[in-house]
Amino acid sequence: MPFDIYDLSTFTHWIDTSLRAGMSPFWAVFTEFVLVGVVFLAFYAVVGLFLVYAERRICAFMQCRLGPNRVGPGGIFQTIADLIKLLFKELIYIKNADKILFNIAPFIVIIASFLALAAIPFGKGLQAMDFNIGIFYVVAVSSIGVIGILLAGWSSNSKYSLIGALRSGAQIISYELSVGLSLIVIVILAGTMQLSEIVEMQRDGWFIFTGHLPAVIAFIIFMIASTAEINRGPFDLAEAESELTAGFHTEYSGIKFAFFFLAEYMNMFIVASIAATVFWGGWMPLHIGSWEGFNHAMDFIPPFIWYLGKTAVIIYLIMLFKWTFPRLRIDQLLTLEWKYLLPVNLFNVLLMAFIVLKGWHF
Amino acid sequence: MFFNYIGGIFKGIKTLLTGMKVTSSYFFRPSKIVTQKYPENRKELKMFDSFKGEVILTHNENNEHKCTGCGICEINCPNGSIEIVSMFITTEDGKKKKAIDKHIYHLGMCTFCALCVKTCPSNALDFGKDFEQAVFDRARLTKILNKEGSKLMKGVE
Repeated sequence: MPFDIYDLSTFTHWIDTSLRAGMSPFWAVFTEFVLVGVVFLAFYAVVGLFLVYAERRICAFMQCRLGPNRVGPGGIFQTIADLIKLLFKELIYIKNADKILFNIAPFIVIIASFLALAAIPFGKGLQAMDFNIGIFYVVAVSSIGVIGILLAGWSSNSKYSLIGALRSGAQIISYELSVGLSLIVIVILAGTMQLSEIVEMQRDGWFIFTGHLPAVIAFIIFMIASTAEINRGPFDLAEAESELTAGFHTEYSGIKFAFFFLAEYMNMFIVASIAATVFWGGWMPLHIGSWEGFNHAMDFIPPFIWYLGKTAVIIYLIMLFKWTFPRLRIDQLLTLEWKYLLPVNLFNVLLMAFIVLKGWHF
Repeated sequence: MFFNYIGGIFKGIKTLLTGMKVTSSYFFRPSKIVTQKYPENRKELKMFDSFKGEVILTHNENNEHKCTGCGICEINCPNGSIEIVSMFITTEDGKKKKAIDKHIYHLGMCTFCALCVKTCPSNALDFGKDFEQAVFDRARLTKILNKEGSKLMKGVE
C-alpha cells in the first residue's frame, strides 16, 4: 500500500525497543507515558488556542466583521496574548464557597477531555491507547466532564452557577442517550468498537457512504446530540450569558476560567474527531470503489492531513450551528431529545440492524 | 398525527438549512465585510452625511458666515455649551446693528443633540465630520467658531 510510507507504527516501535534496550521495562513504560503526556499537553495547548482564534474569526466573518486582526499577522497571536493576560489575573476567592471542590472542578473538566483524547487515532499507528472498546471508552470518559461542571456550579455558592450547572446536568443526561445510540448504529455496521479497526474497515468507502440512509441519519443525530453534549450554542443553556451571565463558571477568574474555556474547545475538537473517525473514515483517504488511479492519488496525502481536514470541516459545522441558531429553551431542549431524536434513533438502530442482517450494505 | 410528526421533522430541517445557508454565504463572501480598519484607512476615510462630529459655523470662501448673533442656539442648548458674545456695529447707512463678536462652543459639554443646528433661523450652524477630538488640555475643548475677521454674509438678516 502506498500510504504505508506514512505508517508511524514502525517509528513508535523503534522508540519502544530502543527505550527497552536501555532501561528496565518499568522505566521504559514510564518514559513512554511521560513522552505521550508531553506531546498531548503541547497538542492540547496549540489546538485549544488555535480553535479559540478560529472561532472568533469564523463568527466574525459570518457576522460581516473582521474579528481579531491586530496581534501578529491576521491576529494569529491574539489568543496567546489573551492567555498571558489570564495567567496574570487574580484568582478571586469566593466567600462561603466550597474551597476544595471549587478548586478541583476545572481540573476534572480538563482531565475528562484529556482522557478522551488518548483513544483518538490521529494517523496510522498514531494512537496513544487502542482499546478494543474504544467508542465505549470515549463516550464514558467524555461524560465525566459534566461532574466537573456540576461541582463548579454547586461549590460556587451562586445561584447563577447552580442553575447553569443543573441545566447542564439535565442536558447531558438526555443527550448522552442520543450520542450513544447514534454511535451504536455504526458499531452494528462495523461489528467492532475498536477505533483503529473502524478506521481500517472504511478503506473501501466511508461509513457515511456505505451505510446507506441509517448512517446519514446517525451522522445528523450525532452532530445535534454532540453539540448539545459539549454545551455549545444553540444548546448553551448551561452558560447562557444573557440570562445567567456565564452559568457554571460565573465565579471563576484567571487561569481557572481559562481551563473551562479551553476544555470547551477541546471537547469540541474531540467530538469532531469522533465524528470524523466514525462516519468519515478518520485518517483513511477517500477511496472510491475501483478507481485505482484516483485511490492512489488520494493515498499520497498523509493520513494526518486527512484526519485534520475532516475534523476541521466538522468543527466548522459546529461553529456554524452556534452562530446561526438561537438558543433553545429548556423545555424545547428536552422535547427535541425525548420526542424527536430518541424515537428516530431507536428506529434507526432497528433499520441498520435489518440492513446488516440482510447484507444490503456495501 | 404520524404524518404531521414526520412532516414537522423535515420542515424543521429545511428551516435550519435555510439559516445555515445564510451564515455560510456570508462566511464564503468576505467582500461583504463592513468593518473598517480605522487608523490605516485614515486618509481615505469619509464619514457619512448624517455623522455628527462637532458643531461648526459654516464659512464661505470670502470668509463670510450667516450667523446674525440672535442667540437662539444659546437659548436652545440644553447643556449650556454655546455662548454668544454679541456687539453692535454701525452699518454703511449709519444704522446701529447687532452682530456676532464671538460664538463660543464648549465641545466638552456638547451631547450632539443637534438642537442648535435644527433651530438656527439662518442655517448658519452645521456638523463637521472631524471626530478625532482628543486633546491633552481641557481648555482646548472650548472653541471660537467664527473665524478671525469674518463678516456676516450679505442678504442674511
